[in-house]
Amino acid sequence: MSEQKKIATRESYGNALVELGAKYENVVVLDADLAAATKTGVFMKSYPDRHINCGIAECNMTGIAAGLATCGKIPFISSFAMFAAGRNFEQVRNSIGYPRLNVKIGATHAGITVGEDGASHQCNEDIALMRVIPGMVVMNPADDIEAKAAVHAAAAYKGPVYMRFGRAACPVINDRPEYNFEIGKGEVLREGSDVTIVATGICVGSALEAAEKLAVDGISAEVINICTIKPLDEKLVLESAKKTGKVVTAEEHSIIGGLGSAVCETLAEAGNVASVYRIGIRDVYGESGSAAALVEKYRLDAKGIYEQVKEFMLKGR
Amino acid sequence: MNNLELKKTANAVRKGIVTAVYSAKAGHPGGSLSAADIYTYLYFEEMNIDPANPDKEDRDRFVLSKGHTAPGLYSAMANRGYFPVADLVTLRKLGSNLQGHPSMQYIPGIDMSSGSLGQGVSVACGMALAGQMDGAPYRVYTLVGDGEIQEGQIWEAAMFAGHRKLDNLVVIVDNNGLQIDGPVDEVCSPYPIDKKFEAFNFHVINIDAHDYDEIRAAFKEARATKDKPTCIIARSLKGKGISFMEGQCAWHGTAPNDEQYKTAIADLDKIDTELAEVK
Ligand SMILES: Cc1ncc(C[n+]2csc(CCOP(=O)(O)OP(=O)(O)O)c2C)c(N)n1
Ligand SMILES: [Mg+2]
Repeated sequence: MSEQKKIATRESYGNALVELGAKYENVVVLDADLAAATKTGVFMKSYPDRHINCGIAECNMTGIAAGLATCGKIPFISSFAMFAAGRNFEQVRNSIGYPRLNVKIGATHAGITVGEDGASHQCNEDIALMRVIPGMVVMNPADDIEAKAAVHAAAAYKGPVYMRFGRAACPVINDRPEYNFEIGKGEVLREGSDVTIVATGICVGSALEAAEKLAVDGISAEVINICTIKPLDEKLVLESAKKTGKVVTAEEHSIIGGLGSAVCETLAEAGNVASVYRIGIRDVYGESGSAAALVEKYRLDAKGIYEQVKEFMLKGR
Repeated sequence: MNNLELKKTANAVRKGIVTAVYSAKAGHPGGSLSAADIYTYLYFEEMNIDPANPDKEDRDRFVLSKGHTAPGLYSAMANRGYFPVADLVTLRKLGSNLQGHPSMQYIPGIDMSSGSLGQGVSVACGMALAGQMDGAPYRVYTLVGDGEIQEGQIWEAAMFAGHRKLDNLVVIVDNNGLQIDGPVDEVCSPYPIDKKFEAFNFHVINIDAHDYDEIRAAFKEARATKDKPTCIIARSLKGKGISFMEGQCAWHGTAPNDEQYKTAIADLDKIDTELAEVK
């Protein structure tokens, strides 16, 4: 575990865009003065004529992308999640979502692992915002391999897609020959019978580690990786929930509106088949600090997930 | 303060900036240093403020619209007595009041939280409007970046300010010519900045951001201007004062390492020595 490869998914985004550049000549990449940070800079180097820097004007960039899409381009617009989903919300909803245009939103620096920049830049609300837009596909990859696969799948899919990437390096967990990515498909990464941990993004790796610790305590945890939060793999979640009767969701996002909410909605409509605890940012703003210190403080690391699952199991609800 | 005192103070402010960013190992020195003389003039000469009474009702307001240059604001405020200069080394650390971007929830004397570019002029308009509605004497100042003015909201606010004749409002553009991805005129040119603000019914003054005669004259002129908001376009040097940072895009959001920090402080010490010799 100690020599596990680590890479930030924003790097994966940039690298995958370069691959797409060769594959599709109508892929264009738009940025808003953050090409170095969102890692689209590597695409700009390879395909300078298809990289458009819009300056610090995210809403304008979104509209430009919509226009490009109506003329047959496949625009990938890039900024920090705070701006790509937050500032842009209404432009995305009305100029991309409503006309169902083929625009892909690459949002980097999501969640609290933004770190030192602090609360103004830590977007813990983007999944909620994007999930309510009809027809929007929302993906939150767990590692380098899944991130690249998600970008390729987004390009092949026709319609609006929101992709969420992180700033901080995170462990590669999907490096196995049988790995296969499909939009809308979750995956059981570890089987268990006492509790289901449904995790997304950086919490998937931590949930796997937490499950190992729980096993030592005699708790058998099933771990499900959900990359596509919308459309959610309801069948997979329900099957596991019915089996264990206890579900913990884990995400680097507000417990309101994200994966936790999506899972609760599914379980409730199926007749409350399991009791639930949502791990995430508990309706507060973040703060400045290193990514590692924040993940620990907000209990999203393996230790935090392990402890919270145990607390939930002890309550016995 | 006379110009010499202002220059000495600004040098202390610059030391605080590089020390804060160095200890945080992150943050934005370039745009903090380019605006250091403006920060110094506002906090030590222009604004009616009282560090001992940071919430006093008739105080002048300052909105740092380009919130990433918080180290400059923090250093000016610390040197002015809002909090200890020693606190600057806690910048961006877990538990510090010195958040990566300014937050009014953490530090008394910060009039507005910021960090998302393009929003500060609107907020400053709201403050200026409240002042007009209440017949209050305070003035409102806001500092924006020359990349930041690519945001459309800046121009919505400018139209409002001109329309409402907010003559208690001063918008200062830190015209250092650089943003993150390159020179502003290569990324998406905002020029001509002065003609744009003029067209939005501002009184516009072009100055050298590092010349205290010009700075002083501009703020005086703004006070004397009636029925129009003022825009001061301050032509500056990004990274000003630190030899290896000056005019370098790469120093927008990078912290100096040990050796670079030593060089930076030596550069500023040299300026101190020169200023000490001025009669
Ligand atoms: C809405 C928004 N978009 C993007 C950013 C990221 N960002 C921080 S600083 C910066 C460049 C600012 O350039 P400029 O306004 O010229 O500032 P200065 O040169 O004075 O540092 C960008 C794009 C942000 N903070 N807010
Ligand atoms: Mg600039």
